Amino acid sequence: MILIYAESPDGQLKKVALEAVTYGAKLAKMMGTSCAALTIGNVQDAGSLGKYGADKVYNIPGDSVDMYNVARAVSDTAEKLDAEVVVLPFTTTGKSIQGRIAARLKAGAVSGVSALPDLSDGFVVRKPVFSGKAFADNKITSVRKVLSLMGNAIPLEETGSPVGVEAIDVPLVNCKVHRISVEKQAGGIPLPEADLVVSGGRGLKGPENWNILLELAEALGAATACSRPVADMDWRPHHEHVGQTGLAIHPNLYLAMGISGAIQHLAGVNNSKTIVVINKDSEAPFFKAADYGVVGDLFEVVPRLTEAVKRFKAG
Amino acid sequence: MKLLVCISQTPDTTANISFKDNDTAFNPDGVQFIMNPYDEWYALVRALELKESVGGTVTVLNVGPATNDAVIRKGLAIGADDAVRIDAEAVSADFVAFQIAEYAKDKGYDAIFLGKETIDYNGAIVPSMVAEYLDLPFVSLAQQMDVEGNTATVKRDIEGGVEVLKVDFPFVLSAAKGLAEQRIPNMKGIMMSRRKPLNVVPAVDFTNPVEVIHFEKPAPKSAVKLIDPENMDELVNLLHNEAKVI
Ligand SMILES: Cc1cc2nc3c(=O)[nH]c(=O)nc-3n(C[C@H](O)[C@H](O)[C@H](O)COP(=O)(O)OP(=O)(O)OC[C@H]3O[C@@H](n4cnc5c(N)ncnc54)[C@H](O)[C@@H]3O)c2cc1C
Ligand SMILES: Nc1ncnc2c1ncn2[C@@H]1O[C@H](COP(=O)(O)O)[C@@H](O)[C@H]1O
Repeated sequence: MILIYAESPDGQLKKVALEAVTYGAKLAKMMGTSCAALTIGNVQDAGSLGKYGADKVYNIPGDSVDMYNVARAVSDTAEKLDAEVVVLPFTTTGKSIQGRIAARLKAGAVSGVSALPDLSDGFVVRKPVFSGKAFADNKITSVRKVLSLMGNAIPLEETGSPVGVEAIDVPLVNCKVHRISVEKQAGGIPLPEADLVVSGGRGLKGPENWNILLELAEALGAATACSRPVADMDWRPHHEHVGQTGLAIHPNLYLAMGISGAIQHLAGVNNSKTIVVINKDSEAPFFKAADYGVVGDLFEVVPRLTEAVKRFKAG
Repeated sequence: MKLLVCISQTPDTTANISFKDNDTAFNPDGVQFIMNPYDEWYALVRALELKESVGGTVTVLNVGPATNDAVIRKGLAIGADDAVRIDAEAVSADFVAFQIAEYAKDKGYDAIFLGKETIDYNGAIVPSMVAEYLDLPFVSLAQQMDVEGNTATVKRDIEGGVEVLKVDFPFVLSAAKGLAEQRIPNMKGIMMSRRKPLNVVPAVDFTNPVEVIHFEKPAPKSAVKLIDPENMDELVNLLHNEAKVI
């Protein structure tokens, strides 16, 4: 049995949860077993996880769950269902609970996996290491395993149909960590989940010029990101900062403008499927990591690109 | 307060990565090693600040071989009171977390600080594992911490925003950017670090469940395709028809 924790902040199933279910369902097939998804709290449309391959969907009712609670609930459910592998999304939640779950289940843990395991000689699973500069194949020898799946690592696949949601009797323990408040970015597409990302660096010269970037992002339906100095100078909010010390992302498209492409920046984005770089300096290191490059002044090129995208969208 | 900070050693961010023994092991030749930035800049410095405001001690702990001593001494030079090295190769997150917890379990630490992840294996597993072994509350990805009496108010990064949490001591925390300001060790710190205790203790038995058996570098990118800055329709066309991303 494979158990997938379908993380659903604010009661919504996010793309990362659907990816985890897709991954878990494929893994169950490979291992000749079944898979179940677990949701916690009041989750909209949890049964739709059946479409991504979950044979069963369980729910633990209750709200305001802290991470300690979530970890308990997932590991207790894994015990109850005798799950061999637990799959989580590699999110801020995953980073808070994976080790706890693994310790409770006496399981080997590998985080941020980017592919299905190779089962030809034991259980070997691949993940990017050294900030994307290499991959490591990890052999897990414990009976139980806890994997967290990197976002955008596998394409979503709808193979099944919706299933009923069953309540599971796993009590939630008392929290020791209390949530005081949450501040979420208003509107826009959350960066960690985005397929398309438009990102700006110091080359934009100041926050007042960001409208150029925002207009392109809007035309594309892309999330926005920035380099570290941009966040440090408070031109953009910190949660947009990508790179080694910020967020690591792997969208289908990463479009960078006015970013030099320092190695610490690349560390957060070099697993993107396609990289487009717009920079006026043809020697900028980013061009070495790019698929497509435009050597030119972003203040001229980007509005032109936005117009081209609009023309394309209009058909 | 009695504080423990777990520090790890990683290759410098700009290091050229290569492998040896048929791509089964990391090749350390010519690589400069540093203290993992999250551990050094944020976890350690915030622990020192806390000690400076309420009194107490800060111990740095590393699981690793004697070749890590230089990095551990740097922790002492920045201001930790003493250091512990658990003498074993850090073969996996599971192994490291178990060793840390076994060492810490009867020492009565008020808080254990770690980095949010190491920049080499990008694990982000050890901190919550340590918390579980010690049955302590855990706050991950902390970018700000205020302490009042026995309670800490912690701001942590979440997808697309921040969350504010309250937790009572003792607890385990993993540090993200913003938690503190990097400190550069001064001459006095470096001199004093030589006289501070660095205790080497043996590892406890643990069956390691995860092992890296093979490394591989990603296929090299083909050369960048340059597009005429006047012709952005061409770029859109390529993104649609060739890259198939829009
Ligand atoms: C330990 C460590 C960790 C770090 N972590 C990160 C991290 O997580 N993320 C990160 O981003 N950085 C990180 N950095 C910083 C990193 O090394 C670079 O300094 C930073 O990424 C540079 O940001 P930038 O490209 O926006 O600015 P710059 O390097 O100043 O580059 C600006 C670019 O804009 C171009 N430009 C200027 N005007 C125009 C124009 N009109 N049209 C087109 N192009 C133009 C220039 O040619 C230049 O290439 C880290 C550094 C260290 C030491
Ligand atoms: N060998 C080690 N010795 C001491 N602490 C470590 C070691 N490895 C990891 N840690 C701590 O655990 C954090 C997260 O590591 P990881 O889970 O491996 O990404 C690091 O930032 C350190 O604080």
